[in-house]
Amino acid sequence: MRIIQYREALNEAMSEEMRRDENVFLMGEEVAEYNGAYKVSQGMLDEFGARRVIDTPIAELGFSGIAVGAAMNGLRPIVEFMTWNFAVLAADQIINSAAKMLQMSGGAYNVPIVFRGGNGQAGQLAATHSVAYESFYANVPGLKIVTPSNPYDAKGLLKSAIRDDNPVLVMESEKIYGDKGEVPDGEYLIPIGKANITRQGTDCTILTFGKIIKVVEEAADELAKEGINVEVVDLRTIRPLDVETIINSVKKTNRCVVVEEAWPMASLSSELAYRVQKDAFDYLDAPVVRVTQSDTPFPFAKTLMEEALPNVKRVMDAVKSVSYAL
Amino acid sequence: MPTKAPVKTKFSKKTYLHWYESMQIMRKFEEKCAQLYLQQKFGGFLHLYIGQEAVVAGTVSATKPSDKHMTAYRDHAHPIGLGMHPKYIMAELYGRQTGCSKGKGGSMHMFDKDRNFMGGHGIVGAQIPMGAGLAFAEQYKGTKNVSVVSMGDGAVRQGALHETFNMAMKWKLPVVFVIENNNYAMGTSVERTTNVTDLSKIGDSYEMPSEAVNGMRCEDVHEAMERACDRARAGEGPTLLDIRTYRYKGHSMSDPQKYRSKEEVAEFKSQDPILSVLDTIYKNDWATEKQIENIDKRVKDLVLECVKFAEESPEPEASELYKDVYVGDYPYITD
Ligand SMILES: Cc1ncc(C[n+]2csc(CCOP(=O)(O)OP(=O)(O)O)c2C)c(N)n1
Ligand SMILES: [Mg+2]
Repeated sequence: MRIIQYREALNEAMSEEMRRDENVFLMGEEVAEYNGAYKVSQGMLDEFGARRVIDTPIAELGFSGIAVGAAMNGLRPIVEFMTWNFAVLAADQIINSAAKMLQMSGGAYNVPIVFRGGNGQAGQLAATHSVAYESFYANVPGLKIVTPSNPYDAKGLLKSAIRDDNPVLVMESEKIYGDKGEVPDGEYLIPIGKANITRQGTDCTILTFGKIIKVVEEAADELAKEGINVEVVDLRTIRPLDVETIINSVKKTNRCVVVEEAWPMASLSSELAYRVQKDAFDYLDAPVVRVTQSDTPFPFAKTLMEEALPNVKRVMDAVKSVSYAL
Repeated sequence: MPTKAPVKTKFSKKTYLHWYESMQIMRKFEEKCAQLYLQQKFGGFLHLYIGQEAVVAGTVSATKPSDKHMTAYRDHAHPIGLGMHPKYIMAELYGRQTGCSKGKGGSMHMFDKDRNFMGGHGIVGAQIPMGAGLAFAEQYKGTKNVSVVSMGDGAVRQGALHETFNMAMKWKLPVVFVIENNNYAMGTSVERTTNVTDLSKIGDSYEMPSEAVNGMRCEDVHEAMERACDRARAGEGPTLLDIRTYRYKGHSMSDPQKYRSKEEVAEFKSQDPILSVLDTIYKNDWATEKQIENIDKRVKDLVLECVKFAEESPEPEASELYKDVYVGDYPYITD
């Protein structure tokens, strides 16, 4: 199979959908003439022209609102945020407009829009540039949220997001735009709302999503050497959650660890732990344990940054603690 | 050496020599930073102020130590101009405990409470209302202090600017809004984002007094800043200064700069603020070449001292992670 980068997979998804549907367009900061701050939209201005690949000023609230209006009026915008850290300025339009429009209008106006960009930490960029926003938006009814962790998922999920008639948030990462992986030649879609078991195991389920899965995979390899076989569930979509896959896995392994890059308070791990205790209580041999970022703004210094993030050792310790193997 | 017809100026020899040395420190310090960054001595982003030094130099000479200052993430020159020892900035870039933000803020989040430098802010435009808020507090407390808040030409596209301009004018806040107009926001030129390319006009619908200023000249920046501060101190409210300057380097360290020509860069380098100040110093016989060499040597040693200080400083202890997040104790979630 072809091996391409994550950013190329996203590019293919957008380009294919723009060829397929004249109403799809891309807007954002530096997406056109600069070919994207992280080169995701490389070459798209050349192919589609300035009518459909649109450079905006640094005005997140304004251009997101313009995109929502355009979506209400028949178009299917893809809005690129340079990163989700800057999308907080547009949160009003995402939360109050895009997410609520269909319901407020009694079903009259849906908002088929994609908001996408890098999410979470990307090295030493300090507090303002490193927030993992999944749980902020996961709280909002009316939105769907996908978190592709590899090139294959990036293409398949983004294509589904563009075709979806609801607002879909795509949370990527600057850290993995350069990652390479197998992506088939032909067209494919990955359904929104379905998790993916990336590793079969019997001893403990690890629920995770986004780029942190790389840490989880490494921990799983190490644990395997010690005779502990974990099952890794890449959620792929965090709203809606694929409860069935999650619960079935926990019923099989009887143990559950959640690993996420975000802060602990009111996070996806909180929600997942609730869901698992509620629906699989009788199957659990240990409490659900989580590994998250420290409950602090993200620090700049390398030492502190490493201290703040989930790492292989912490994931291994969490699995061992629920396996009473520490 | 240039020809010696004296240059008429209202500024003193002392001011010129101070401008020269201060801008040389900013320039040489950041040239060193670029070099260290390429050697991967530290990580993160690195946005250099090289070429724009006169904006800070002229601002500092025109303001008082009790005035307040705030800017965006291109923030190494401001604390240097205000008199912070640059070793604390270098240590911050290195992420060391001795850095001006204890290694927690990094390149984009420098602070110096002793000199009223209130950041270093990473979100484009966030400092515009906050800077007006500093002025609000001065007015509230009944001081005569001014707040100087700087932003890029790209930042003026944020809606917060308009909300802030309106309130600042209505409430006559003692604030000077400085556009460090280097004509580019990353790869996007001013003319590609607006119908009104003359940024000194963006305060017009609020009837905010505004001026376009040559930002390659300390003299012009100082004079415009002085007028703006006088107005603010007299209770007449804000001023917008569209200070036209230029960054010689890329936006950050990974910018191929395809959006501008070499000729354009060369044209601005020919108006270099440091060389221009030096020219006046020489023409007015205010220093010999030997004396200038001594200053340059001092600057060079200072920069080396900064590197040494940073490299010898300890990295923060892990326990620092849970410090400075709240005032007072706090029950952090740790599991
Ligand atoms: C709200 C927000 N959007 C986008 C960014 C990414 N970004 C960082 S700097 C920059 C360009 C800013 O240009 P300008 O205001 O002209 O300042 P300059 O870099 O020229 O000093 C952009 C888009 C950000 N940091 N914050
Ligand atoms: Mg600029």
